[in-house]
Amino acid sequence: MFYRENGQFKTSYKSDQQIFPIPQDRWVILAIVVFAFVGIPLLVDEYLFRAILIPFLILSLAALGVNILVGYCGQITLGAGAFMAVGAYASYNFLIRVSGMPALAAILLGGLTAAAVGIVFGAPSLRVRGLYLAVATLAAQFFWDWAFLRIKWFTNDSSSGSVSVADIELFGWTISTPTDKYLFCLGILVLFSLMAKNLVRGSIGRQWMAIRDMDVAATVIGIRPMYAKLSAFAVSSFYVGVAGALWGMVHLGSWEPAAFSIDRSFQLLFMVIIGGMGAIAGSFFGAAFIVILPIFLNQMLPLVGDLFGLEVSVALVSHVEIMVFGALIVFFLIVEPHGIARLWSTGREKLRLWPFPH
Amino acid sequence: MRLHKLVVAASIAAIGLSAALTAPAAYAAEEQFFPVLAYRTGAYAPNGAPWANGFVDYMKLTNARGGVNGVKMIWEECETAYATDRGVECYERLKGKHGGATAVQPLSTGITFALTEKAPVDKIPVITAGYGRSESQDGSVFGWNFPLIGTYWMGADVLVQHIAKKEGGFDKLKGKKIALVYHDSPYGKEPIALLQERAKMHGFELSLLPVAHPGVEQKATWLQIRQNKPDYVFLWGWGVMNSTAIKEAQATGYPREKMYGVWWSGAEPDVKDVGDGAKGYNALAMQHGAEPNAKVVKEVLEKLHAKGQGTGPKEEVGQVLYMRGLISSMLQVEAVRVAQDRYGKGKHITGEQMRWGLEHLDLDQKKLDALGFAGVMRPVKTSCLDHMGSAWARIHTWDGKKWNFSSDWYQGDEKVLRPLVISTAGKYAEEKKIVRRTAEDCKK
Repeated sequence: MFYRENGQFKTSYKSDQQIFPIPQDRWVILAIVVFAFVGIPLLVDEYLFRAILIPFLILSLAALGVNILVGYCGQITLGAGAFMAVGAYASYNFLIRVSGMPALAAILLGGLTAAAVGIVFGAPSLRVRGLYLAVATLAAQFFWDWAFLRIKWFTNDSSSGSVSVADIELFGWTISTPTDKYLFCLGILVLFSLMAKNLVRGSIGRQWMAIRDMDVAATVIGIRPMYAKLSAFAVSSFYVGVAGALWGMVHLGSWEPAAFSIDRSFQLLFMVIIGGMGAIAGSFFGAAFIVILPIFLNQMLPLVGDLFGLEVSVALVSHVEIMVFGALIVFFLIVEPHGIARLWSTGREKLRLWPFPH
Repeated sequence: MRLHKLVVAASIAAIGLSAALTAPAAYAAEEQFFPVLAYRTGAYAPNGAPWANGFVDYMKLTNARGGVNGVKMIWEECETAYATDRGVECYERLKGKHGGATAVQPLSTGITFALTEKAPVDKIPVITAGYGRSESQDGSVFGWNFPLIGTYWMGADVLVQHIAKKEGGFDKLKGKKIALVYHDSPYGKEPIALLQERAKMHGFELSLLPVAHPGVEQKATWLQIRQNKPDYVFLWGWGVMNSTAIKEAQATGYPREKMYGVWWSGAEPDVKDVGDGAKGYNALAMQHGAEPNAKVVKEVLEKLHAKGQGTGPKEEVGQVLYMRGLISSMLQVEAVRVAQDRYGKGKHITGEQMRWGLEHLDLDQKKLDALGFAGVMRPVKTSCLDHMGSAWARIHTWDGKKWNFSSDWYQGDEKVLRPLVISTAGKYAEEKKIVRRTAEDCKK
């Protein structure tokens, strides 16, 4: 009823080809972005910023990167954590070794370094596919884990392998309070999402999807698999690298290689699978599911226990949390194997017909 | 693109609601809140749980004794599973509750690193009794970190002193081979800097053998040990890694008498399963060992466990890790007392006042005896520049059934430790653009 495009006529190609051709979508998204920039800083407290919103934003960005590679180009990767680490350590080294390096430039250079590394470790994708490629990218994870633990140059000879940075500055704006950090990450995320959306709508995104759907057919119609696959690796690693740099420099402030362990790679892949492969929105759903849900369960369970007058111990809560979380993953994958993003688009289709489904 | 924002908003609303529901109705001034970052699940739970039980029990005991000048200790537990991100989330969740956290003890070097960044901003001291970053002993740079009564550098130093004594002097160490089997994390890597320094001084050969988390796969490491035949093995493990290492040593035939663990590798859960196989295995004792006969242990049993108010199983009371939790808790309770002496008895202490208390901790033998810690530990005296307060340690040895002390007291060598602390802390200060606190700042 509210969500219906009857009577909206498009009179130019431009209006037909915009990101959100339906005004309702456009306005709601815009309103949400404005609310995220203006409303949320006024409403929420420090805990939500530091423990939930900032990790959510940064991991959304990383999931977006993984989604480009896995969802759009069909190349399974288990090395996302490594590319995050490369981004984080590269930007750290740029920041401390080049005097007068602006933090934002260091973060972007970290992303570019990750992109270069991504191309190198993406090279096997030209020969191997599917699960075999996953194993090949796993090599990236182990290699960089090893490198950052063992090669002292990367960590500026820190005795424990852990590095730290001061608060970063952006054109005279020192990013130190949680609100600053949130706004900074949100700004980057919005820009990068816009860029990703446009990339996947454009010629390069179509090449990626053609490779994903059937690479032989794509080659026949003149798409160069090497260019398409390696560009997907580069763009994806760039996103993941920037996310890694933000994770280290903005969210943690001081970190060790364990922050980007193999668990992180799996986490990012699961975000994409649960959120929805080949959908930009899926990255956000996935990140929300993986980041927010466990914490939410952890806080809700004692309250549920209180309702029934039960004293729930901390250990029990975290056991139940893991069980419920696992059950929910299975539930979502059975109900909608294409991810939460698909669930949402089906919902939208239903909404268009509502209240008369026939 | 729309639902996800809704989901986020809904979750935020729900979490906000839950936070509001759990928040205390009214904050009473005569309570002192301590967050408890515990791990009772995950790979490190067997070691994390007794520590947390001791930690909570001492606060219960303090309340049973009437609090600190009438101020009651309150606490809330949060499960970290030894994961850094969950630990940080727990800290953020708890730090503002009940009038603000007084101090936080994360029991994880990884979480300590993360909280070190947050402590100066939130003005909440981070107490890391026997762990954390060794250079944080330098209070002029690390104003909010308190590695009370032990750092890894000091521990490693004592181990080297002990084997030098066994060999008959430092000059006898020349040409000896020492292998460090360590947990491949900031925790395990901490002692390396000091051991390298000592290796240079005395000419022993140090080989580094990392073990990946969680430490159940050590076959390759022990194969190397079998080939190299080091004269001594230092073990820097935690959780299941310790018992695995001892089992592997048994399988390889490496004499357990030549193995020395750090204090986190020398508790009952590490050796109990191996039993007789661990006989002769040594570990550092961070002042205390297993103390079933200490006065305070008897008091806990009598005042708490006899009434069914104890935390965890009764058998655990007095074990090594339980005692460490108990002592960690005692140190912070005593710091509250010191702070109250200055800022008003019977009053609530803020994080900043707590820092003052921690920097002016002066527990002499008389006070320790009165608290029931006679024979358990030696006096502690901190200052603005020295956040460790005491550099004493001993060695204890497992006889197949229990831990027995097998050495005299040792003290970490300031001549070796201090320059390393100052230079490493200086590097950190440079990276973070911190200005050292001067003697003037200390008085505030």
